[in-house]
Amino acid sequence: MAISLEEVRHIAFLARLELTPEEQELYAKQLSAILEYAARLTEVDTDQIPPTASVLPLKAPLRRDVVRPSLPHALILRNAPATERGMFRVPPVLE
Amino acid sequence: MTSLTDMSLLEAAASLRSGDTTSLALTEACLKRIHQLDPALHAFLALASDQALEQAQAADAGLQKWRRDRSQELPLVYGIPLAIKDVLCLQDVPTTCGSRILEGFLPPYTATSVARLLSAGAVVLGKTNTDEFAMGSSTENSAYGPTHNPWDIGRVPGGSSGGSAAAVAAGLCFAALGTDTGGSIRQPAAFCGVTGLKTSYGRVSRYGLIAYGSSLDTVGALARSAAELAPLFTVMAGHDELDSTSLTDPVPEVDFGTVTLKGVRIGVPEEYFIEGVQLEVEAAVRLAVQVMSELGATIVPTSLPHTDLALPVYYLIAPAEASANLARYDAVRFGPRIEADDLWDQYLQTRGQLFGSEVKRRIMLGTYALSAGYYDAYYGQAQKVRTLIKADFDQAFESVDLIACPVAPTTAFRIGEHGDDPLSMYLEDVFTLPANLAGVPGISFPVGFDSKGLPIGMQLMAPPLGEARLLQSAHAYQQVTDWHTRRPALS
Repeated sequence: MAISLEEVRHIAFLARLELTPEEQELYAKQLSAILEYAARLTEVDTDQIPPTASVLPLKAPLRRDVVRPSLPHALILRNAPATERGMFRVPPVLE
Repeated sequence: MTSLTDMSLLEAAASLRSGDTTSLALTEACLKRIHQLDPALHAFLALASDQALEQAQAADAGLQKWRRDRSQELPLVYGIPLAIKDVLCLQDVPTTCGSRILEGFLPPYTATSVARLLSAGAVVLGKTNTDEFAMGSSTENSAYGPTHNPWDIGRVPGGSSGGSAAAVAAGLCFAALGTDTGGSIRQPAAFCGVTGLKTSYGRVSRYGLIAYGSSLDTVGALARSAAELAPLFTVMAGHDELDSTSLTDPVPEVDFGTVTLKGVRIGVPEEYFIEGVQLEVEAAVRLAVQVMSELGATIVPTSLPHTDLALPVYYLIAPAEASANLARYDAVRFGPRIEADDLWDQYLQTRGQLFGSEVKRRIMLGTYALSAGYYDAYYGQAQKVRTLIKADFDQAFESVDLIACPVAPTTAFRIGEHGDDPLSMYLEDVFTLPANLAGVPGISFPVGFDSKGLPIGMQLMAPPLGEARLLQSAHAYQQVTDWHTRRPALS
């Protein structure tokens, strides 16, 4: 199935990716080809088949609920592009 | 004079114990070889020379103590220089995942797999090149430039653990860690003529592994032979409280003492010998199966009927998971930031400009497959077909112990050969994806060379938790063949 430029822009918006017009064209073409290839999956009868989200058995091992030290505050902040008073600083969200 | 880096990991371990060499000498020899050869290969993205030399000195002190009091056994990796794929965090050493969006990132902690090796006395030389966020089959998708195959520097080393595979093949380290989400250890091992172990899903902790496809990601290792992989596997594997998806099953010692293939049933699935497989690859793999039969294995035809669906299933599930995992790159807590007037534009521009082409393609594909109106048709259907693929393996393993097949349809291709055709690149993974979807372990090891002098790999797969049998079986083969001892001519 073919993906339109309109759809590419919508997906890019959902994924928070700014794409150039050339990228939009390229991805429209390439995603269409990949999805066309994937269309063979729709021919498989899966009415009675449950989905597999993980191959692990559905039981997570439990650990003791004890308080443990976290990573030091300064170590966590050191990779941030901007910080202020021990917090991550970002541009305005609301005017 | 044979150089220190010509030794196998096991020979190096013996030399360390006898005092014939030191960890410092091994580490310096590796670093020297890296400085000589890596400008042409580009296997490494970052070296951790200072830390490595300190770790080596600590190991030498430990070895001296051990020689006075041998009551406690030392792990085989003790004092051995290793390399780490750059998707695994190593505290205070730049970790980029081959991406601009993590340029300059200094992890505040170390991945459990790496930490366990360090606690066992291993030396970590540095971080190896990878396709950006492990998305690729050639290492060409690294934002920092491709790695070159030591057997022919005009060709790719495979990927995404191409840096680790090239480093091991070129003797820049004794073994290396890799990760395998769709073949990223096994395929580069095949392309570079080394041995690579993809562990069972959940066998090795993923704490500190930067996530790509969370239901598929596994940590494993590459070395020149199966016997050299076992010491890394036994140290890394086992439950980790910091990763609730890590299995609690006990990890066996891998016994190579009485290795035989007698009574081992090896299934050869017809679906893996299809049109498009290079004839020399098929011939070498069939010959290797013959060798294993001469070693006592029973060869039986088997079938994995949904094999041809693994590729479309993988390329919906992995991108879907990636699109969620990579939402964290928002330029708020780490990574460089493209400054913008508001937060919204900052997200769009940072992600649009700093993610590479393949990563954006997969985020787009995954976002589409998960989006309203398409979820059931794509992601949901892929998850159901995944159930069928896993059932193929469950059924096959009722009558066979191992499955033998090619690792990849061809030997190493030329850098740039797949150009702008992502689908043709995805087809490189056709024989390795099924193991990830089913969660089973696999091993890739050299079984010959093609007429261009490029290594050919064979894959063995086992039921979940079957790593020991994989290592033992590959070892049995390597006892009677010498493909794994061939070295590329480098100067």
